[in-house]
Amino acid sequence: MSASEKHGKPEIKPFWSPLAAGIALGLVLLLTFVLSGHGLGASGAANDVVAGVGLKLAPEATRANGYLGPMVADGSPIGSWMTWEILGVAIGALVAAFMAGRFRVQLDGARSVGTPARLISTLAGGFMAGLGARIAGGCTSGLGLSGAAALGISAFVFLALFFATGLIVSRLVKGV
Amino acid sequence: MFPLNDNGMLSGLLCGILFGYVLENAGFGSPVKLSAQFKLSDWAVFKVMFTAIVVAAVGLWLLRLAGVMKPDSIAVPQAALMASAAGGALVGAGFAVGGYCPGTSVAGLFSGRLDALVFIVGVILGTTGFAVFYGTALTSLKAAWLIAEGDTFTEVYAVPELVVLAVLGLALIAVFHFGSSFERRGTGTVTAQQAVEGAR
Repeated sequence: MSASEKHGKPEIKPFWSPLAAGIALGLVLLLTFVLSGHGLGASGAANDVVAGVGLKLAPEATRANGYLGPMVADGSPIGSWMTWEILGVAIGALVAAFMAGRFRVQLDGARSVGTPARLISTLAGGFMAGLGARIAGGCTSGLGLSGAAALGISAFVFLALFFATGLIVSRLVKGV
Repeated sequence: MFPLNDNGMLSGLLCGILFGYVLENAGFGSPVKLSAQFKLSDWAVFKVMFTAIVVAAVGLWLLRLAGVMKPDSIAVPQAALMASAAGGALVGAGFAVGGYCPGTSVAGLFSGRLDALVFIVGVILGTTGFAVFYGTALTSLKAAWLIAEGDTFTEVYAVPELVVLAVLGLALIAVFHFGSSFERRGTGTVTAQQAVEGAR
């Protein structure tokens, strides 16, 4: 028993090595292709939620919208594969964090940049990522990871610009 | 013959649970760990991503070679290069500023991070903004630099798939080599203990 366990706090287990995590992620991605015919994703679930909630709250405007309209033509996309998958991500992450003693409720970044600045940086970051994912037709998971595993040219263009811009912006703005 | 093209609830939940489990164990619920990639002090994001890309790509090739997987049966993103570049730049900027991307923000929230919830609200707003302003400007972005001949290097430039896989393998070795060299010179990688304690 470690010192931290004696004091009643669960021991914080280390993260997996990048090689081990990468192999595991690659096998999960391969299983996903074999089962579903496509890769993993994340921003697609936000897309389905926006279309589904839009259909509930403002059905006329949603059906008339050039982008959301075709998505809701056959009913609400909530309940799609992607929405179930993102619910699974939540469950999997929760189980992993609890099992490793890494679950802690916090506003991460509040101490380093201050609470107001952190709320703005994370909201602005989410907005840019959400908008960018829709422009590209996928995010880091759906286009960068899954698209590259399918050897799509656009995935490598996405990753190159993702890396270059992130490198520059992280030097200009301290968000966390 | 695979793929099963199973897009039901159980298929989604199973793939998602495994995905989320690996993301958190890689340290990708922490914005400190994630944003350290762009500070070049912790290369876990690119090491994990490139390893996963190579494992899955080689796995798909082997399954096709063994006749288990049908050829041309998986989804490949459309080669809309301008849209991919513009979107990639925005997602990269959002990652640098917010500390997450859409998938990792879910891992962040479910390891207890409330800032990840605010990031998810931002993703929803960004998605809504795209739909509201959807029109000729955004559709012409999608049509710019669009390769009509195909979506992969093999289809468009006739590069054999084995050569593409070999280049990816070399890129993987380079990411580990240069990444580890940057990590040794920098402030060190982000440990689980530091990630749980939060940004300081």
